[in-house]
Amino acid sequence: MCKEVSQNHRSQNQKITRSPDRQITKYLMTLVKISHGRRSFIKSSALAGGGVMIGFSWLASCKPTPEQLLSMPKEWFKINGFLKIGDNGVVTIMSPNPEIGQNVKTSMPMIVAEELDVDWKYVIVEQAPLDTSIFSRQIAGGSQAIRHGWEGLRMAGATARQMLKEAAAKTWGVPVSEITTEASMIHHKNSGKSAGYGEMASAAASIPVPKEVKLKEISEYKIIGTSRNNVDGQKIVTGKPLFGLDYKKEGMLIAMIVHPPAFGLKLKSFDDAAAKAMPGIKDVFKIDVYKEGDETQWCDTLSFNELVVVVGNSTWEVMNAKKAITCEWEQIKSKEIEVPFFGKTKKVATPSGLENTDDHLAQMIAASKSAATTVRKDGDPEAAFKKAATILERSYTAPFLAHSPLEPMNFFAHVTADKAELVGPIQTPEFMEKSASTRLGLPLEKIDIQMTRMGGGFGRRLYGHFLVEAAVISQKVNAPVKLIYSREDDMTTGIYRPAYHATYRAALDENKNLLAFHVKTGGVPESSLSANRFPAGAVDNYLAEEWTVTSNVSVGAFRAPGSNFIAGAEQSFLDELAETMGKDPIDLRLEWLEKAKTSPVGKDNDYEAERYAGVLQLIKEKSGWGKDTAGLHRGVAAYFCHNSYVAQIVDIEMKDNEPTIKKVTAAVDCGIVINPVAATNLAEGGIIDGIGHGSYSAITLKDGVPQQNNFNTYRLIRHKEAPKQIEVHFVDNKKDPTGLGEPLNPPVIGALANALYKATGKRYYDQPFLVDPKLMG
Amino acid sequence: MATFNLNINGTNQTVDVDPTTPILWVLRDHLDMVGTKFGCGIASCGACTIHLDDTAVRACVLPISVVGDKKITTIEGLSESGDHPVQKAWLEHDVPQCGYCQAGQIMTAVALLKENANPSDDEIESVMHGNLCRCGTYTRIKAAVKTAAKNM
Repeated sequence: MCKEVSQNHRSQNQKITRSPDRQITKYLMTLVKISHGRRSFIKSSALAGGGVMIGFSWLASCKPTPEQLLSMPKEWFKINGFLKIGDNGVVTIMSPNPEIGQNVKTSMPMIVAEELDVDWKYVIVEQAPLDTSIFSRQIAGGSQAIRHGWEGLRMAGATARQMLKEAAAKTWGVPVSEITTEASMIHHKNSGKSAGYGEMASAAASIPVPKEVKLKEISEYKIIGTSRNNVDGQKIVTGKPLFGLDYKKEGMLIAMIVHPPAFGLKLKSFDDAAAKAMPGIKDVFKIDVYKEGDETQWCDTLSFNELVVVVGNSTWEVMNAKKAITCEWEQIKSKEIEVPFFGKTKKVATPSGLENTDDHLAQMIAASKSAATTVRKDGDPEAAFKKAATILERSYTAPFLAHSPLEPMNFFAHVTADKAELVGPIQTPEFMEKSASTRLGLPLEKIDIQMTRMGGGFGRRLYGHFLVEAAVISQKVNAPVKLIYSREDDMTTGIYRPAYHATYRAALDENKNLLAFHVKTGGVPESSLSANRFPAGAVDNYLAEEWTVTSNVSVGAFRAPGSNFIAGAEQSFLDELAETMGKDPIDLRLEWLEKAKTSPVGKDNDYEAERYAGVLQLIKEKSGWGKDTAGLHRGVAAYFCHNSYVAQIVDIEMKDNEPTIKKVTAAVDCGIVINPVAATNLAEGGIIDGIGHGSYSAITLKDGVPQQNNFNTYRLIRHKEAPKQIEVHFVDNKKDPTGLGEPLNPPVIGALANALYKATGKRYYDQPFLVDPKLMG
Repeated sequence: MATFNLNINGTNQTVDVDPTTPILWVLRDHLDMVGTKFGCGIASCGACTIHLDDTAVRACVLPISVVGDKKITTIEGLSESGDHPVQKAWLEHDVPQCGYCQAGQIMTAVALLKENANPSDDEIESVMHGNLCRCGTYTRIKAAVKTAAKNM
C-alpha cells in the first residue's frame, strides 16, 4: 500500500490535517481563553471498543520502519480525543496544533507519550482534526502551543494510562494501586502478571474517564527533556507531499489572482479577451473577497478586496494568461471602519493616496516630536529631565518587512451547494472557519478545513484571506480549485511588519547616575511599545509614550510582533547608555534588575526580574564575557517576550572591512525544554531570522508600489551571512514551559548592533543595518 | 503544445505541454511529483533545485524544450529508500524546521559533494548560498553536508 499522504487523505475520525506556527499577535497571546474541560478526554462512543481506523499517514509514507510494519495493529481503540491504542501496543497520538516549522508535531505528542508512559518507538503521530470540542487553541501563534497545551497534553496521557491500569486491575482482580506501568507495559508485581498496552486497550476503552489523575514528577520523565527527531523528517528529505501547495484532487483547476500594483489603488476595469483565448484557460472574472456588510474578524485583514482571477488547467498556463490581462486602476477613497477585535472593536483608518517610504519616515519623525499618548508614567520624569546634567537621546527606525515564508500563499477549495472542503496552510483555522462560513453562506458545520504542514508562516498565515479567495473562486467555477500566489503576489499584497520608529532618552546627573528614562515610540500604522517591560520597574522616573501614523498599507503580526523592533532599539540604547555611564553593559542591566527585584517601581511590571537576571548571569558565564580577544568584537542584549527570557552575545570579526559573525551565544529561560534538539534548532532559527531581517531586509514604497517583489530585490539572509557558530544554553529551572518560537529573534538585533559598534566604531540606528534600502529594488 | 520524452529518476516519461513550460511545473502539475518546490519562479531561492545529469539546476526557469536527452534527477529519485548519505545526514542533524526548502538544499548539497568530496566550510557556504532557508537552518545544513561528506 503506497498511497501518498496529503491527497484526500482522511481517516474516519479525521476531518482535518493541520499545520502550525510560531507567531501570533501579542493580543492573541493574552486574550485567547483556554480551558481543558473533561470533555476533551471523553471517549468517542462510536469508536470505543473496537472501531477500526484506517488511513494513517505513516502507512502512506511508503516506508514505515520494519518495526512499524511488524506492529501494524488489527484494531485500534480510541481512549480519548488525543490518542488511540492498537491491539498490539502501537499508539497513535494526535498533534493538536498546526505545524509550521516550530516542531509541535513532535513535541506536543512527546508530552502525551510521557504521561502515557509509552515507548516512543511505538508512537505514530497524526495531525489532529480541527475540533474545538476536543482541542483548545488550535492556533499557530504567540509561541503558546506548548505553554497552553502543557496541562491538557499531560492530562490526555495520564488519564489514558490510568484507564489502562484500571483495566488491568479489573482483569487480574487486583487493586489498581498495586499496578505500575513502564514503557508500554503494565505490571502487577505481587502476582508477577504483566501485559502490554495493546492487550489492555480494548478493556481500557470501556473504563470511565477518571475524574482525577496524578501527573508524573519531573524526575520521572523519560521522554520530555530528551531529543527526538522530527516525526516528518523522513517525508521531508524524500520529497513526500506534505504542504498545501502539494495538495491535489481529481479534476482540480489552478487559479491565480491579479491585484492592484499599488496600495491606494483599486480595480476600475479589466480586459480579459486575450487571456480567455489562451490555451488551458477556463475563465477570467472578478471577485469580491469579502462582501460589504459581512461581519469580519481580526484575521480577515487584507489589502485588496477586488481581484481579477484567472482559472485554468495548469499553473504555467494560468501564469501566462495572467500576463495577458490588462487592468485599469483607480485611487481608493479614504475610509474608517470598525472591526471586531477580541470582544471589542477597533477603528481602522484607511487614507487615500499613494504612499512613499520617504514620506513615512518624515511623518514618523514629525510624530516623534509631537504630543503622544502616555501609556505609563512613574515618578516625575519631566522634572528629572529638567535637572539632568546629561541627556542621552537616540532614535531608531525599521522598515516594512514581508513575511515571505518560502511556500507562497495558497489554498485548495472545493465548494458545493452544501459543503466547503478547504485544504491548505493556515495558522488560524478556528477563526477562518467562521470567515468562510459567513462569506459562502454555509453553516459552520459545513465548513471542513484540513490543515497541511506549512512551509513557514511567521505570522503571514494568520490572515487567511487566501482561504476565502479560494473558496469564493471554487464556488464561482463550481469545481475543485487550488489558488496559488506567485512570489510577486505574495510579496506585494501587504500584511507587512509595520514600519517603526523609537526615540529613547535618559537623564543623568553630574555623577552619571540615572535620573529618568523615556521611551516614545510609534509606527506606520502601529506602535511597538510594551510599556510594562524592563526597564519599567527599575527606574524611579519613567515615561512611556506612543503615537501612530495612518496608512493604507496593510500590516500584520510578524514573528515576535512589536518586540521584533523595540527589543533591538532598546538594547542598543542601553548599550550606549552603559557606555555613557561608564559601566559594563551586563552589569548595568543586572544592577537595574536587582532594583526591579528588591524595590520595584510600579506594580504592573510584566517580567520576573530574577529570571531576567538569570539569563544574563548565565550568558556571562558561558561566553567568557569580559575577557578581551584580539580581533573579536562582542555585543550583548537581553529581552523578555512570549513569557520567556533570552540573553545573547554576538561575536564579530572584521574581514576586508566586512563583518563576519563568528559566533552567537544565547541563554534561554523558557522553563522545561520538551525536545532539546528541536528547541535548539528553533532557537538557532530565531537568531538567524533576527540577524537577517535586522541586516538585510526592507520593503520600500514609491507611489504606493512596493519596490521589492521577489528574492532578487528583497534580501533575506543566506548561508554565507549566517553566524558560523551558534551556541544555545537553556536554563534548567523545572518551571512550566513557555514560548520559544519568537523570543530569540528580537534581542539578537540589539546584540548585533552593539557588536557592529565595537567592530566599526559606528552606532547602528536604522535597520536594515548592512544595506541601503534605497539601493534595493 | 508539443510532445517531449524525458528521463526522470531513471524512468522514461512522455508529456504533452507548451514547450516553454518550466520543468518545475511539468513535474508538479503533469507528473504529480511535488517534492520539487516552487518558491520564487526566478531561480533566486533554490527550492526547485534538481539535477540535469549531475548538475544542479533551477527547475523553475528551465523550459522543457531545452532538456533534450539529459537525465533529470529529483528529490524523489535521489535514492531508492530515502537513504542517500545526504538524506541520512539531514535526518541525523534533524535539519528541517518547516522543511519546505530542504529538498532543494539536499539536491544542491548532493551536486556539491559529487564535484568536491571534501568541501571546506567556505566552499559549502558558497555553493549553498543560492538556497534560501527562511527558517534559518543554515548552521545545521552546513554540519549535515560535512557529515555526509564523511560518509560518502
